[in-house]
Amino acid sequence: MKYSIFSLARAALSGHKTWQPTWRDAAPKDRYDVVIIGGGGHGLATAWFLASEFGIRNVAVLEKGWIGSGNAGRNTTIIRSNYGLPGNTGFYELSMKLWERMEQDLNYNAMVSQRGVINLYHSDAQRDAYARRGNTMRINGIDAELLDLAAVKKMMPFLNFDNARFPVQGGLLQRRGGTARHDAVVWGYAHAASALGVDIIQNCEVTGFVRDANGKVTGVETSRGKIGAGKVGMAVAGSSSRVAAMAGLRLPIESHVLQAFVSEAIKPLIPNVMTFGAGHFYVSQSDKGGLVFGGDIDGYNSYAQRGNLPVMEDVCEGGMALIPMIGRVRLLRQWGGIMDMSMDGSPIIDKSPVDGLYLNAGWCYGGFKATPGSGFVFAHLIARDQSHKEAALFRLDRFQRGAMIDEKGQGAQPNLH
Amino acid sequence: MRITCPFCGERELGEFTYLGDAKPQRPAADAGEDAVYDYVYLRDNIAGVMDENWYHGGGCRSWLKVTRNTLTHEISSVEPAAGAGARQVAK
Repeated sequence: MKYSIFSLARAALSGHKTWQPTWRDAAPKDRYDVVIIGGGGHGLATAWFLASEFGIRNVAVLEKGWIGSGNAGRNTTIIRSNYGLPGNTGFYELSMKLWERMEQDLNYNAMVSQRGVINLYHSDAQRDAYARRGNTMRINGIDAELLDLAAVKKMMPFLNFDNARFPVQGGLLQRRGGTARHDAVVWGYAHAASALGVDIIQNCEVTGFVRDANGKVTGVETSRGKIGAGKVGMAVAGSSSRVAAMAGLRLPIESHVLQAFVSEAIKPLIPNVMTFGAGHFYVSQSDKGGLVFGGDIDGYNSYAQRGNLPVMEDVCEGGMALIPMIGRVRLLRQWGGIMDMSMDGSPIIDKSPVDGLYLNAGWCYGGFKATPGSGFVFAHLIARDQSHKEAALFRLDRFQRGAMIDEKGQGAQPNLH
Repeated sequence: MRITCPFCGERELGEFTYLGDAKPQRPAADAGEDAVYDYVYLRDNIAGVMDENWYHGGGCRSWLKVTRNTLTHEISSVEPAAGAGARQVAK
């Protein structure tokens, strides 16, 4: 079904009783050219790019629950490409460009809103670091503006500008950054991939890999039976270590819990996505009016999709320090998602040491913004057996070679990235 | 999550800092690069019961070995971590 003003009008005239499911809920076939494990944004985007860009349409996406039930439905919906290190800068900009055309490509309204992302700075040193990052972005053709205090005051007059300890001095603004509706991203990729023949198979948990005599992966064992595959790609961030262990691999990844929060709906207040530079707090406002915010990961290994109170307190204190007025707003919901925290804070998109198995992992808590870019470069890797040039540094062996991409400079301590 | 420190009693999580899996052991100085890579970068990332190192920075400032389930956050035991403190306790 193609969505347009005419399809909307037709459905409206028939009392909205003629809408059809936007994608097919398929049953597994015996064999596919490519099987993608993980029906989140990255897995579905990979399947869509395989079908639309690389001509591989005999593809299945296996999801253990329902599509978008993991981190794709648990994030704070921010999109941006304000990274400073080689490897990241170009990749996230590739992703940003794909966000800008996604809705036309998919024929699906993902509510991509380029409302701007601003990182506030609170000291001279932080200003210099942000100026450097902004310059790096601009050299690479990405928009960035360093705002002074007056410009920040004009844009966000409601911030606490009297904070003696953490005075707001200005901010680094990327106007093309913003938000997108996370569930609609999942449904949009499912819609477009399904239309090209991709089978989306839910309630299908992978329980093992099928290997031939040479050790090559030739399929997967699942809760819905054995499925043969020419190639298998895994996009299961949060559970990467568990799935990789079935193929005998250990990864440079720890699973950690990250919490996110939504307040009750209020009138329009936050015009963009903003981050507090003196603590860890970031916030935007959803179209329904709720403030969507978060901060640090809890800091301990966890596969439980819930966190604890100290981080909740820390995040809310960060919010209060920056925007005291939100102390009057009640918290509506809070939840946790499981992050693939890699050893340098950057992702891994590479062939695995096991023939026929491809890795898409280690997204830390930055996977949502990467969704289209990740799908594109992962599809490229699977289809051509060669890394895309913008993902050429996201190699699994970079830790062994000392070629880490450590944006925060924290070293091999995943809970600090 | 609350942790019962063997020295201070039950305390709230905010007093503690997490280091990680207690299993990796620093390889000998003459161990090869592979052993060091394994120690520094690779993790079992257990989904289930795991021994971990925690630091009670907001209390007695002892290193603790906490046995905890990463699926449920249930803590089954807390002991002084191996080292001078543990030896002191054993006396």
